[in-house]
Amino acid sequence: MLDVKTKSQDSIAIIEIDGEVDLYSSPALRKALLEMTKAQNKAILVDLARVKYMDSSGVATLVEALQQVSKYEGKLKLANLRDAVKNVFELSRLDKVFDIYESIEDAKKSF
Amino acid sequence: MSEIEIKLPSDPKFLKIIRGGISHISEICGFSSEESNAVTSAVDEAASNIIKHTYNGAKNKLIIVNFRILEDRLEIVLRDFGEKVDPETIKSRDLNEIRPGGLGVHLIKSTMDVVNYDNSFEVGNQLTMAKYLPGKKEK
Repeated sequence: MLDVKTKSQDSIAIIEIDGEVDLYSSPALRKALLEMTKAQNKAILVDLARVKYMDSSGVATLVEALQQVSKYEGKLKLANLRDAVKNVFELSRLDKVFDIYESIEDAKKSF
Repeated sequence: MSEIEIKLPSDPKFLKIIRGGISHISEICGFSSEESNAVTSAVDEAASNIIKHTYNGAKNKLIIVNFRILEDRLEIVLRDFGEKVDPETIKSRDLNEIRPGGLGVHLIKSTMDVVNYDNSFEVGNQLTMAKYLPGKKEK
């Protein structure tokens, strides 16, 4: 199962995901992200350190959230992508669309 | 030739079983970690597409996955018994278009050396994908 935790630090809404994001589990991620975008969180940071696998439905969920955030001029950033997940973003050419950081600290400083 | 067959219901909760299988088989075939991840992703996307598009989300339909280690390639065949899909309509999406969805076919085609959709069966569809083994790719 996918474990999705949310917390707030320095006015940044951080979402920590643990597990594999696929067609089965991506609705849980979508629900958490939609709650954040409905609340119009201006700064959302997705920590992917514990995500070993992400399929296109997971990527689509993040794209949808990015589009929602841009509607109210917020920011959504990604951090700690493992190689397998990074490859999916690169193959989809979405590594140029998302702001991706090597660490949570780097991402937090960028807001 | 070594052949492994998995039969499973079209429930997304079983996709992990397919990924576990193909990941292990890719390692046996000698693919690098990066190639193995990409092949795993391609097979997972193909199975997900069957669940979403061929079975329209029904969880109790049959998917048969065959993994075949051949002399020069790893071949994966996914068979479904759902709505027929016109291969002409299965296209990678324009990557310049930023929108949710439609990336699965791109991930499959960018990874696999052979992708062949066959809807000539009386019922359902068959997708055959292959990746040449390291050092065996045709020049």
